[in-house]
Amino acid sequence: MYVAVKGGERAIENAHRLLAHERRGHRDVPEISLSQISEQLSLGVDRVMTEGSLYDRELAALAIKQARGDLIEAIFLVRAFRATLPRFGTTEPVDTGTMQVRRRISSTFKDIPGGQVLGPTFDYTHRLLDPHLAEEGAPEAPVTAEPLAVMPRVTDILGRDGLIEPSPEGDADTPVGDLTREPLSFPADRDLRLQNLARADEGFLLALGYSTQRGYGRSHPFAGEIRFGEVEVEFFAEDAGFAVPLGSIPMTECQMVNQFKGSATEAPCFTRGYGLAFGQSERKTMSMALVDRSLRARELSEEIKAPAQDEEFVMSHSDNVQATGFVEHLKLPHYVDFQSELGLLRKLRAEFFEASGRAEPLQEAAE
Amino acid sequence: MAAERAMEGRRKAAMAVLAHSDAADIAERLGAVDVSVHQTLREPENGLVMVRGRIGGDGAPFNLGEATVSRAAVRLATGEVGFGYTLGRDLDKARMIALCDAMVQSRELAEAVEAKVLSPLRAEMAAKRSRRSAEAAATRVDFYTMVRGEG
Repeated sequence: MYVAVKGGERAIENAHRLLAHERRGHRDVPEISLSQISEQLSLGVDRVMTEGSLYDRELAALAIKQARGDLIEAIFLVRAFRATLPRFGTTEPVDTGTMQVRRRISSTFKDIPGGQVLGPTFDYTHRLLDPHLAEEGAPEAPVTAEPLAVMPRVTDILGRDGLIEPSPEGDADTPVGDLTREPLSFPADRDLRLQNLARADEGFLLALGYSTQRGYGRSHPFAGEIRFGEVEVEFFAEDAGFAVPLGSIPMTECQMVNQFKGSATEAPCFTRGYGLAFGQSERKTMSMALVDRSLRARELSEEIKAPAQDEEFVMSHSDNVQATGFVEHLKLPHYVDFQSELGLLRKLRAEFFEASGRAEPLQEAAE
Repeated sequence: MAAERAMEGRRKAAMAVLAHSDAADIAERLGAVDVSVHQTLREPENGLVMVRGRIGGDGAPFNLGEATVSRAAVRLATGEVGFGYTLGRDLDKARMIALCDAMVQSRELAEAVEAKVLSPLRAEMAAKRSRRSAEAAATRVDFYTMVRGEG
């Protein structure tokens, strides 16, 4: 239990004032602007939007500034903000097949229609620190070529030959699960699992995805396709009477292609794992797709023995706002709890010494 | 019915261009139009929409995460009602989109809005998209340019 502790008000006020001072850093250094964060720390902004589960670049940049670059704190701030606005409704499901691609690669086919488009990637960089970036300077303008056409998804190409399982079809009578409206319950369907994974901590998913590759719930994955680019968003507006365009959102999509399923009545085919996130979030969507696939163990009649296959374990611990709340609450005053434990311990020790006939040390710690 | 659908198509196309444009650019273009008398039907307001994806890209829907949106509604003195919706929290942008949507439906104003607002904004949007796509295209791997045994 927590106890009301009086007398801390002035200390708290002064601590927050000190925090604001420290956040600002040395006053001789120019203050960072939200547009600088949004433009130049863009992948951090993408992560805060994805795990904060709110697409709004400016708010995510503000959260990062306020949190002094602590992204989990920033995600917490964004989640708290979303509770202050009413929800107008849900968008039409986005069509990633019509994405205006800025990056699109496949590790399964060299010659995919539309080609391998590397886009702005860290891949193939040498991971050597660049001393030139320590000083200001404008990089060269990007090279251009004939603009790209709309590209088919690699999974659509495989699907035509029946080599890969089709995506599960929607059922108009079943409402789409929403964990922001109802508490989690198990077993959880794939829509709810994907919502949970989409806002899950990247590090947690990365470790779980990695564990499946190392043998804890093996699923033999290939990166069928990773694509990043702008996706159009429409919202059915009751007042207008039709689906109105809202603009576009940059998203990353990952299609993992995994080893086979099949039966006496069904021809064997590849199975799939899926990842989708706001912004350029490649590591996140790859990890998400690995874990989406491993969590399909029940559906695919696979033996469930690894953490990444256990939906209750994964979904209950994936949210870094919940996790940080419970871990960090240990900092708050637990004086009464601790006093009662201390009392119990003293009693146990007294009994122990009495029974053993040994002398109890006179000096006790924590007196 | 067909005329209604054609009008809906025109309105959607206009809304798409406007939603993709910066508020400052819309305001600048709108300044060149003799904006008709109108009243506010819905005060511009901020809210959220839950953005949905599809399992596997083309399957059953799931909730990806929310996005901030703004919306507004206006009515022209001649009766046309316009709605403005856009991603983000720019209330003025939503109001301007609503105003343009109303004018697109107006016999007298549609042409001016198309010529002075939508057409230039559409060109800017297309140029921006084309530039981005051209930049990405230059990073396409061209396996066929590999020639063995030369040099």
